[in-house]
This record gives sequence, structure tokens and C-alpha cells, in this order.
Amino acid sequence: MIARYGPRAIALGYLAVLLVLPVGFVFYRTFENGLAPVWDALTNPEAVHALYLTLIMVAIAVPANTIFGVIAALVIVRSKARGRSVLNVLVDIPFAVSPVIVGLSLVLIYGRTGWLGETLGDQGIRVIFTPVGMALATIFVSLPFVVREVVPVLREVGDDQERAAETLGASPWQTFWRVTLPAIRWGVAYGVVLTTARALGEYGAVSVVSGKLVGETETLPLHVEQRFAQFDLTSAYTSAFVLAGIALIVLLIMQMLKPKSEATG
Amino acid sequence: MIVLIPLAAVAVKSTENGLDGFWTVVTSPQALAALKLTLAVAVIVALINAVFGTLIAWVLVRDRFRGKGVVNAIIDLPFALPTIVASLTLLALYGPKSPLGVDVAYTRVAVALALLFVTLPFVVRSVQPVLHELDRDMEAAAESLGARPRTSFRRIVLPNLLPAILAGVALAFARAVGEIGSVVLISGNLPFKTEVASVFIIGQIESGSLAGAAAVSTVLLFLALIVLVLINLLAWYGRRHDR
Amino acid sequence: MIDVTGVTKRWGDFTALDDVSLSVPAGSLTALLGPSGSGKSTLLRVIAGLEGPDGGTVVIDGQDVTHVEARRRGVGFVFQHYAAFKHMTVRNNVAFGLKIRRRPKHEIRARVDELLELVHLSGWADRYPAQLSGGQRQRMALARALAVEPRVLLLDEPFGALDAQVREELRTWLRRLHDEVHVTTVFVTHDQEEAMDVAEQIAVIDQGKIQQIGAPRELYDQPANPFVMEFIGPVTRLGEQPVRPHDLDILLDPADGAREGLVRRVSYLSFEVRVELELDDGRVLWVQLTRARAAELELSERQIVWVRAGAGMPAAAPVSA
Repeated sequence: MIARYGPRAIALGYLAVLLVLPVGFVFYRTFENGLAPVWDALTNPEAVHALYLTLIMVAIAVPANTIFGVIAALVIVRSKARGRSVLNVLVDIPFAVSPVIVGLSLVLIYGRTGWLGETLGDQGIRVIFTPVGMALATIFVSLPFVVREVVPVLREVGDDQERAAETLGASPWQTFWRVTLPAIRWGVAYGVVLTTARALGEYGAVSVVSGKLVGETETLPLHVEQRFAQFDLTSAYTSAFVLAGIALIVLLIMQMLKPKSEATG
Repeated sequence: MIVLIPLAAVAVKSTENGLDGFWTVVTSPQALAALKLTLAVAVIVALINAVFGTLIAWVLVRDRFRGKGVVNAIIDLPFALPTIVASLTLLALYGPKSPLGVDVAYTRVAVALALLFVTLPFVVRSVQPVLHELDRDMEAAAESLGARPRTSFRRIVLPNLLPAILAGVALAFARAVGEIGSVVLISGNLPFKTEVASVFIIGQIESGSLAGAAAVSTVLLFLALIVLVLINLLAWYGRRHDR
Repeated sequence: MIDVTGVTKRWGDFTALDDVSLSVPAGSLTALLGPSGSGKSTLLRVIAGLEGPDGGTVVIDGQDVTHVEARRRGVGFVFQHYAAFKHMTVRNNVAFGLKIRRRPKHEIRARVDELLELVHLSGWADRYPAQLSGGQRQRMALARALAVEPRVLLLDEPFGALDAQVREELRTWLRRLHDEVHVTTVFVTHDQEEAMDVAEQIAVIDQGKIQQIGAPRELYDQPANPFVMEFIGPVTRLGEQPVRPHDLDILLDPADGAREGLVRRVSYLSFEVRVELELDDGRVLWVQLTRARAAELELSERQIVWVRAGAGMPAAAPVSA
């Protein structure tokens, strides 16, 4: 008897203690003092700006990485270019590197005394401590997702259909648009959702690059930390609550898309 | 290229003050403490989640119960949730003012807790598909030959899952070593006690010592690289029987 | 040796086995024969203890094992897809049962060598299953099952995953192995030729029920019902009656009890001649003739002939079974 229910109990217990309870508890803490403080926190101009900035980051990073991702996947799977396995490995780098190191590397390049930073600075272009740098950081850390989701789908689908389109007279663009893209669309969709989640939640790299200037270069995750440091717990919880709410929606979409992205065609 | 050049810059910058400068920073007591803590906790957390991750994968693949789909979805929560929120939620439940009376904030346990949270999905998701595809007849064969379920698991199932487990461990380890967002609130970032390498690096940056930051970063990258290569070799070695 | 009595097994609404009873004499070689989904594999697994019956009993060598786990029944089981331990060498696969029984190393080594010799895999001991052909893997699986000296050897469609030629070789080989080792053996197959060729006793199963049990010749000459008749051996229909094509005779003139038919096609196969006839009611049947008889008749297409059941007609089962 124990042998049968033991593993299940342990597994579920572990998940409850580690994941479910903490997240559930945040919802409780947020509304602990009623709705009014929550409303105040939500409508605070700093918070609103932070949310706005976060969404801008997402709006930049996601399309950029989607386009890059699809192109990179095509190169890796379909082309005969010599660097393609190198590209495959490179794409995985953001996974292995700490976000802080990502931020540091950007500072070293684009900072005032950086490799490119000096030249750009002379032109009046500032990257670090501005949303531009933050966008770069966000793009970097959320880079791999679309590629990694699309590559196996492309591999599995095979290029028969594309060859067939070719023999029927389709141009490369037409083939891509009408044959390839529809075949990989669920892989792309799933990758987009993962990219969005990552971009939304990014903390480390953006923290380093942005300088955390409140009201200017503060994203919502950074805002949570800032409010916490000011002992404004309700505000921190509220912002966290917003982010968690979005995360749950993302999670839901992920679960809906997952089976579709794993089946092909 | 957005990726390669900045990383190269890190490596280069770390040697700005020469090899001596590099060494001084890296071996400074605070840096060493941070690195040691990071490595140790990352290893422990990777191992804990290797065990629990396999267990959870087992339950998800082999067991049947109501709500299994929900549980399966929950596994992805650490992927979807912003890390800073994770830090806050763990703090809320297991820090001061905890309703459970458990307060581990500002301790090393807190660091471990945060890292357990963010690395949970890796082993589970790595093992699940392999377990799903495993030939159940092998276990039936072992049973017909007289093996108890425990023996069958140990001698038949586990060896076949090992490459997947190792792959998951590699990813978990790499993530744990570089993690910042989830640790930052709950650990208190106390130097020599609960300061992880990534926090130390931020400290270096904020105090203007970019070279120092770069030096420790290089060490971290190097360590992560070694472990990744090692584990991939192990996994390849384990896979040589497959066809 | 094995006595299955009144065994029933259900999967939800579906009844896989319905009050099945079977007796397997010690040292014999029995086949469970039936189409896909008939329940034959389920029956085998119930005997092995890999499934538990919902009703009935299983007795092996006088011991009631109905509720005994597989690992304590002393059965050897061979799977259709080999179930090789792919992470172990051939030697370690075969040695597995002995190793977990903690036999001394030298004893294990000797026994494994002996078995590998028996199945002609001696030179492959240190290879991995992935390096073996399908036939070799199955022989390894057999050696593995025999290593622990089971009272009973059970094989679940053992040759199903192999090519036709390998299948035939292994069939002969299994027979010979059984002659040498004399272990009570039961094997499952959907291939009636295989069952007829190898087994001493065949149990025909369909839809979870035993249709007939008997020696191959018995089943062929005295089928208990149309299903058995049609499953074992060729069958064609004269009117409503199922009949063996080689028991029909063709006459050039009308005769008592003979029906009129139109020759549609005459095929000269290696040792037999097949004549396809269309009867007056539009139904088609075929008759198997010897070359000699065919030469005698000199049939041609579109010829009108008469056909009736010949002298050597078996006790064909009544239509309502």
C-alpha cells in the first residue's frame, strides 16, 4: 500500500511545499490589507511606468527573437552552410550564462569606456542606463527559445513538402510563406510564449544594464525589488501579483500549445 | 553578433589588470567565499532535484490520478514565473512573518530553496520523454526472472534513464550557478554567508571595479563550461548502447 | 503440469478472457493459436503472472499460483520484441536471473557458457543486444529465460518480429531445443502454419473463448466449428457449407449431388492446380486439384462443369456453430 501511494505522495508533497504554497501565498499577502492599498500601488505612476517599460521590452524582444529564431532554425536544419553546428551551439549560450554576466558583457561593450561605447558616445548615442541597452539585454537572454522549439519540428517535418513546392514552381519566399511556415507554426507559437515569459521576468541582466533609475529605466521586476528595499511590502506584493498573474496566463497558454507543438503537421 | 562579442569582451576585460590582478580579485576572501557557496549549493541543489525530479517524472508517467494534468502544468511554473517574484513568494512563506513558523531567510538554506525552485523543471522535463518511451517489457522480463520491483528499478530502469537524468542535471547546474533574481531577496546577500557569485559580481560592478567583476565572471563561465562538458561526456558514454 | 480453470479477465467493459480452461501436460509443447485480439497473449500473461485474472484459477505443477506474483512462479517468459536489457552485454543478460539469486560467480559463468553454447551464441557473449540480429536477440532471450531453470517456458509470439526465413529457421530450432531440454512449453502465435508445424497440442482461441483443443491433425480433420475450420487450413464454400478445396471433385457431366459451375480461372501453382468456379447462384468457390487430375480433365475457361464434395470429406461442422 505504502509502496503504491508513497512516491505519489512524496512527489506531490515536494511540489506543494516548493511551488504551490509559496505562489498561492503571495496572492493572499497581496490582498491581506484589502483592495484599497492594492489599487494605490497599482496606479502609482512609477509602477505604471514600470509595467509600461516591461511591456515595451517584450514588444521589442519577442518579434526580434522570433524572426531571428526562425531564420536561425532554417539555417541550422536546412542549409549546408559550414557554420551551422557552431550556430546551434552558440544559440544555447544564453542558457548557460548568468544574466549578470550578460549585463556585464553589455556594459563592457557599450558602456562609456566600452569597445563600442566610446564611439557611440561621441555620436551622442547612449546605450547603458537607457531602455536601448535594456532591450539588448532582454533580447540576449530570451534568444534561444524560438530556435530550440522550431529546430526539432523542422527536422521532423522534413523537406519533402518544400521540394514538392519547388518542383511546382514556387519561389523560395512563396515556399517559405505557404509551406514551411504553416508546418512549423505551433513550434513557433510555443517558442514565442516561452520567449515572452522570459522577457517579462528578466531581472539580472536588465538590472545591471539599466542602472535601476526609478521612473526611467525600471522594469516591473526591478520595481518589485525597489519597493521591497523601501519596505513597501504591499507595493512589492502587488507588482509581484501582476507579474505572477501574467505568468499563470502564460503557463496556461503553454499547456495548450505544448501538445500541438510536439505533434507535427 | 549580439552574443559572441560581448562575451569575448568579458574575457578580455578580466585580464585588464594583468594576470596578477585577475588572481588577486579571484582569490580575495569574499570572492572565494561567494564562489565556494555558489558551487556547493549548485551541486547540492542539482542532486536533490535529480532525485525528486526523477521521482516526479515517474509519478507523472506511470501513475494515474485525478488532476495529473494540472500537476504536469505546474512543473513549468518556474519557467513562467519571473525570478524576482519567486524570491518574494519564498520569502513570504518561509521567511519572517511566515504563517508556517518557518524562517530560513538570510541563511544558506534560503539560497538552496530559491535554487531548488528555479531548477525543478529541468530534470523532470528531461526524464519524462525517455521514461515514456521505455520498453515496459524489459521490466516484465526482469520480473519473470525473479526480480523484485526495487531490483528491477535499480538494475533495469535507472541505467536507461541515466543519460536523461544527467542532461537535466547539467542544465540545472548551469542555471543554479548563474542564478540571481530568485536569490536576491530571500538570501539577504550577506558577504561570506549568503552571497552568491552573481551577487558578488554585481557588487563589483556597482563599486566600479569592472575588471574584478569580469575576472570572477570568467571563472564562473569556465567552471560552468567544464561541468557541462563533463556531464555531456558521461551522457554520451551512457548512450553508446542505444540503437 | 499447467491447469487453467475457468479464467476470466476483463479490461473495463471488454472481456479479454471468458471462462477459459486449459490443461498443458508436463514436458509438452503447446500452442495458443488465434487472431489478433483473441485473448491468447492475455491468457499467456495470466499463466505467467504478469496479469491477474478476475476469476478462475491457475495451477502449475500442483501448486495454486493464481495469486502468486510472477517472480515466484518459476516461469520463463520470452517476449515478442525480445525485451533485451539493452544496457547489458549478452552474457549479463543471460546471467541476470542467476545474479539476482546471488549464485556464486563461477557457477553463473559456467551456466551462461553452457546456455550460450546451446543457443549458438558463444562468440557473442560480450556484445550488446544492439549489435545482434533479431534472430540472435531472440535466442539470447530464450537462453536468459532458461538460465533459471523454469518449470514452464512461455513464449509470446516469439518469432513475430522476424523475417519469414529467420522465422522458419527458428521454428525448427525451437522444436529441436524442446526435444533436448524437455521443459513444458507454451507459445502464442497467430500463424496457423507455425502452430501446426511446431506444436504437439494446439488450443484455438477466439474472442476470449477456447474454440477447440487438440493435436494439429485433429483440428484440421475434425474442426469443432466453422471458425476453427476456417482458421486452420484452407476453406471454400459449397452453398452454405464450408469445405476443404481439396475435398471437392470436378466432373465433366452432371451427377447426383453435383452443382453446375462456370470455370473462371485455372491457375497452375507449383504442386497444385486451383480452379475458380462461379456457381449458378453467383457465388465463387475454388477447388484444389492434383496436376494429374487437372490433366485428366483438361479444363478451359468458360467451360461448364459440375462440382460436388468428394469421398474424403471431413466431418465438416454444421453451419450453425
